[in-house]
Amino acid sequence: MNREHVDILIIGAGPAGLAAAIAAREDGIESLLVLEREASPGGILRQCIHNGFGLHRFKEELTGPEYAQRDIDRALELGIPIECGTTVLSVSPDRVVTCVSQARGLRFIEAGAVILAMGCRERPRGALCTPGTRCAGIYSAGTAQRFVNLEGFMPGQKVVILGSGDIGLIMARRMTLQGAKVLACVEIMPFSSGLNRNIVQCLNDYDIPLYLSHTVTNISGRERLESVTVAAVDEHRRPIPGTEMVFECDTLLLSVGLIPENELSEGAGVRISPATSGAVVTDTFETSVPGIFACGNVLHVHDLVDFVSDESFRAGHAAAAFIRSSAAPSAWIDVMDGNGVRGTVPQKIQTNPAQPVQIMFRPSAVFRNASAVISCGKKELLRRKAMIFTPGEMVACTLKPEAFEGLDGSEPIRVAIEEKPQEQR
Amino acid sequence: MEQIITCINCPVGCRMTVALNDQGEVVSVSGNTCARGEKYARQECTLPLRMITAVIPCENSEIPLSVKTAEPVPKHLISAVMNQLKKVKVAAPVKLGQVILPNVCETGVDIIATRPLS
Repeated sequence: MNREHVDILIIGAGPAGLAAAIAAREDGIESLLVLEREASPGGILRQCIHNGFGLHRFKEELTGPEYAQRDIDRALELGIPIECGTTVLSVSPDRVVTCVSQARGLRFIEAGAVILAMGCRERPRGALCTPGTRCAGIYSAGTAQRFVNLEGFMPGQKVVILGSGDIGLIMARRMTLQGAKVLACVEIMPFSSGLNRNIVQCLNDYDIPLYLSHTVTNISGRERLESVTVAAVDEHRRPIPGTEMVFECDTLLLSVGLIPENELSEGAGVRISPATSGAVVTDTFETSVPGIFACGNVLHVHDLVDFVSDESFRAGHAAAAFIRSSAAPSAWIDVMDGNGVRGTVPQKIQTNPAQPVQIMFRPSAVFRNASAVISCGKKELLRRKAMIFTPGEMVACTLKPEAFEGLDGSEPIRVAIEEKPQEQR
Repeated sequence: MEQIITCINCPVGCRMTVALNDQGEVVSVSGNTCARGEKYARQECTLPLRMITAVIPCENSEIPLSVKTAEPVPKHLISAVMNQLKKVKVAAPVKLGQVILPNVCETGVDIIATRPLS
């Protein structure tokens, strides 16, 4: 079968894929193709009809569809081809992409560079090991969001939400506004991973109780969900006998975390980080396979789409530079998670970067009056104080190229959070 | 009278105490760590405002139309606005930003489309 060829092939037309494509085209890459599984571009933003997107990037609060439309309009203006309804089946280590669509059947496309922008998916019920029957009425929060906002029907009327991630909180409000009764939001941790704003405006506004340090211990129902049992947990997250409450409900929504969707990446031989569940990348977002780049939620799960776009613009520019020049950096500095830090991206930085390097990571716990410190051996590259660091908010620090002077890669860069001693507060 | 407000401006989430007089006017705000917090607490205790977003079924489209209030509206009107939206009928094509329902619930705020539908 004939092989097609493009300079840059981008998998996914969500916010990450669109931004990467726009950046590459703006850098003069003519031969460019975006493949999208869904029937239209925009990714998850299409179903996120609530507002709060774009404060960093556009200095205004947009809804998800409005934010997506800005990138879609720009991509169309630049004449970027986006083929929707096309599923990528595999990516080979030498960048041959196999894809299929109803319109054009099976195709093989050779790419000078591939940008992985497939996003993430929700943790399912099976990942939780919750006991009970396998009845209907149990959905991930994002699936329910799709039903209500894109397909226009309600998955149920009496709802319990397990997990207090932002999507779960947003859906608590959404289901309530559409006439459902949300009985409880149940969180196993002693704190919510959602934004304060969502706790206030999605739960408190509608008098929906939030049960912290509680979990669902049983699911019951024959055909359809009939009730769930909720119990308090101890400090080891084990249910405490005698604390059980039974909620009669027809719907259980799960908002228990997101996982980057890396099946295609793994098939291409891309090394995956156990900390982020995304690819191990360099400061130019290149994975362990030369010419394959990754950005957005497939690389690491972000809190804000603004940061996804920013990262993906940089990945798009980097892929364009890769097409133009084959000169690879010769020396690298490893980047390691230090105290209080998990999932630092990138994991490798060239010893003499030409561009500023953004380092992103997630605090592993809540730290008050602390500092983020990036160092290499005895040399401190950056120190940033903050009143609070929380696992729910990713931290981004930018290092100028000058910061890397004198570093030769013999010692790793360490990213850590230092807490101030109590008396200095 | 006192009211406890959790600040939503940033992840610190200050718990603020707002003292109100008999007329419901704000006398003092404490527990905030920045000026944005005080402003939010005053608004929240006098006239709390919210953006409302929803979807409306669209006659000739498989996808419903997503809409929002062009500005935040008083919180106590949320269910009244939702009830008005239930009665609205739209048909494609719709442009992004198009007014779908002017002056919803006499608030002076329009309901506008947040996506195009062709």
